[in-house]
Amino acid sequence: MTDDKSIHVPDAPFRPGEKASFGKWDYAPGDLEKPDPEACSSDDTRAHAEGLIRVLGDDDSRSGAWDPDIDDGILLEGLEHMVRLRIFDERMMKMQRTGKLSFYMRSLGEEAIAIAQTMALQNQDWVFPTYRQPGAQFVRGRDMVSMICHCIGNVEDNVKGRQMPVHYTYRDGRYISVSSPVGTQFSQAVGVAMASAYKQLDEVTITWIGDGASAEGDYHYALNFASVYRAPVILNVVNNQWAISTHANLASGSSTFADRGLAYDVPSLRVDGNDFLALYSTTQWARQRASTGKGATHIEVLTYRAGAHSSSDDPSRYRPSDESSAWPGGDPIDRLKRHLISVGSWSDEKQEALEARIDGEVMQAYKEAVKYGDLAEGPYPSSDTIFTEVYSEVPWHLREQWDEMNRLRGD
Amino acid sequence: MSEMNMVQAINSALDVMLDRDENVLVFGEDVGYFGGVFRTSDGLQEKHGAHRVFDTPLSEGGIAAIAFGMGLNGLRPVCEIQFADYIFPAYDQIVNEIAKLRHRSGGEFWTPVTIRTPAGGGIRGGHHHSQSPESQFTHTPGLKVVYASTPYNAKGLLISAIESEDPVVVFEPKRCYRGPFYGDPHNVPTWADHPDADVPEGHYTIPIGQARLAKEGDECTIVSWGTMVHVCEKAIEMSGASCDLIDLQSLVPWDRDAIVESVSKTGRCIIVHEAPKTSGFGAEMAASIQERCFWGLEAPIRRVTGWDTPFPHTTEWDYMPSPSRIAEAIRETVEA
Repeated sequence: MTDDKSIHVPDAPFRPGEKASFGKWDYAPGDLEKPDPEACSSDDTRAHAEGLIRVLGDDDSRSGAWDPDIDDGILLEGLEHMVRLRIFDERMMKMQRTGKLSFYMRSLGEEAIAIAQTMALQNQDWVFPTYRQPGAQFVRGRDMVSMICHCIGNVEDNVKGRQMPVHYTYRDGRYISVSSPVGTQFSQAVGVAMASAYKQLDEVTITWIGDGASAEGDYHYALNFASVYRAPVILNVVNNQWAISTHANLASGSSTFADRGLAYDVPSLRVDGNDFLALYSTTQWARQRASTGKGATHIEVLTYRAGAHSSSDDPSRYRPSDESSAWPGGDPIDRLKRHLISVGSWSDEKQEALEARIDGEVMQAYKEAVKYGDLAEGPYPSSDTIFTEVYSEVPWHLREQWDEMNRLRGD
Repeated sequence: MSEMNMVQAINSALDVMLDRDENVLVFGEDVGYFGGVFRTSDGLQEKHGAHRVFDTPLSEGGIAAIAFGMGLNGLRPVCEIQFADYIFPAYDQIVNEIAKLRHRSGGEFWTPVTIRTPAGGGIRGGHHHSQSPESQFTHTPGLKVVYASTPYNAKGLLISAIESEDPVVVFEPKRCYRGPFYGDPHNVPTWADHPDADVPEGHYTIPIGQARLAKEGDECTIVSWGTMVHVCEKAIEMSGASCDLIDLQSLVPWDRDAIVESVSKTGRCIIVHEAPKTSGFGAEMAASIQERCFWGLEAPIRRVTGWDTPFPHTTEWDYMPSPSRIAEAIRETVEA
């Protein structure tokens, strides 16, 4: 056992074999007022950084100062995107298990985040994601066939088989290329936003980082630069409790992730990440600050990683297998669906029909994508793609090596 | 002796050193409760306590920095950087701080840090889970650099690293954690029955700076490290030539004498590494070997390496030096 005077190493709240119990949220919709985004100081958000912004209540109704002024049509669109992402993820996991993909990462339980937040933005706004925000691409209109081809790394992969699956690039949707080293995008996004400010364009940049990666220097660089230059950026920490096996307790000694932003004088909110309406609303608020020159907003998105970190991970080794069912935030799709049913805009039958339609669309996209090759059988992108786009032009030493590779292939 | 794969051998090295020296601490991302994403510290927290084997925040710069401080204050920190590709946030701490402390303080302070990191390709990891950045550390005075290739040398080198008074970066070829790799992704053996999987359970060391003669011959000297040692073994077989195969094991300091002796005998030399060619450690070796063996060389010293490009995902088998590519270099060199 650890001596009290030795190194203090925090543990996770629950381990395999233990019963997970998080209780209920201490905050209900309506508990926190909504400051004027254009007049608010970081100090005005102290309660929001320590509390929890909610809109969807335990009774499935929407209420409170943060209830956004949007109609059910937008919510239904969000529901469809989320259902699409979940079904898409299930299909991709099946492909991974049958050797058609090398690797996969699901967004299970976190579908609302990128979808609601991107829907709350304008199309000219930049999206700088991690691997857990692929859903933003649906909002920006990306075709599923193209996404699956990327995950396979086949001849139609727009990044030419260079990246691991789920590391999407989608320039047309202003969805910036995903990088594996965690956290790097967070500070880079501030630079993207500073460029928009320099060009005096009404463009905002949104980015995300995990609770785990918020221990990287990049998180702190981002907050500091965003604060100093009042960059039009929305800095989200997705606190999904787990970074592979590392619990959020290891990432920060602070009481919430949101309140760290206050030390940088950046207004900071903490929002229920499984509440589509609260996500939409806080992002809209942050966008208004950014686009009126008031600078950055820091948002802790409180959620739970319901699935494994990736197809290479086995969470049963480090957390109770039913921990996600004890999460007080519930399931984001289920909550929005129940709300829409409660107001008469939706029904279980419509939900079933939606799921069946999307399942068919995903299956159709999958069948089309594998026509261009899968990982097990090929065809693969030409190995010429190893040498292209390393530089803007191919320098002599790469030309020589490229020729050597071609000779070895018998070209 | 017992049969171990490389993961078990590394685990055994850590376990032996945690037992022998209370100043040894083992930490890194997912290293504690979970036992490491590759299982190299499996069971060690339970056995030795969470104050000695623990998880860290995801902060490679922070990990290297606390290792610096612990080593300075009398401990022997053994930290893991989960993938060598993720070592760069720690680069400033390693290159400017850990490597230079002894020198900058006139010998009054030093920090015997061991940094373990899985490296190399062959696992469909793309450019951020496949790199082999050893030469970015061999170019840093004050660091020792070793690169394992088998369960036996992984354990012996790691124990030497932990006992070293100098900081050591230990590269572990993740492709070989569970078996040697002979260049054919469709034929993946385990370490079972491999002679180098016969590993003593207790303490032993492989001195840093000592190469290993993996195979003996007289027509050509092949020098390699990490996964490529096994690929070279296959290539030699394909070439039909009689070759010395030298597993370098330590890059800084490297066993120049052993290689000069071999090249003086064969008159020919090929250096094989996965890392890109330009400024790769092969360049350093080729220059040093020709300085000492020039008049006895029968052919130019060749390098067979990864291309000077990022490491690809789907097309990785066209990137990593293949047995046939190395075999062709051997035949051309022997016939020259």
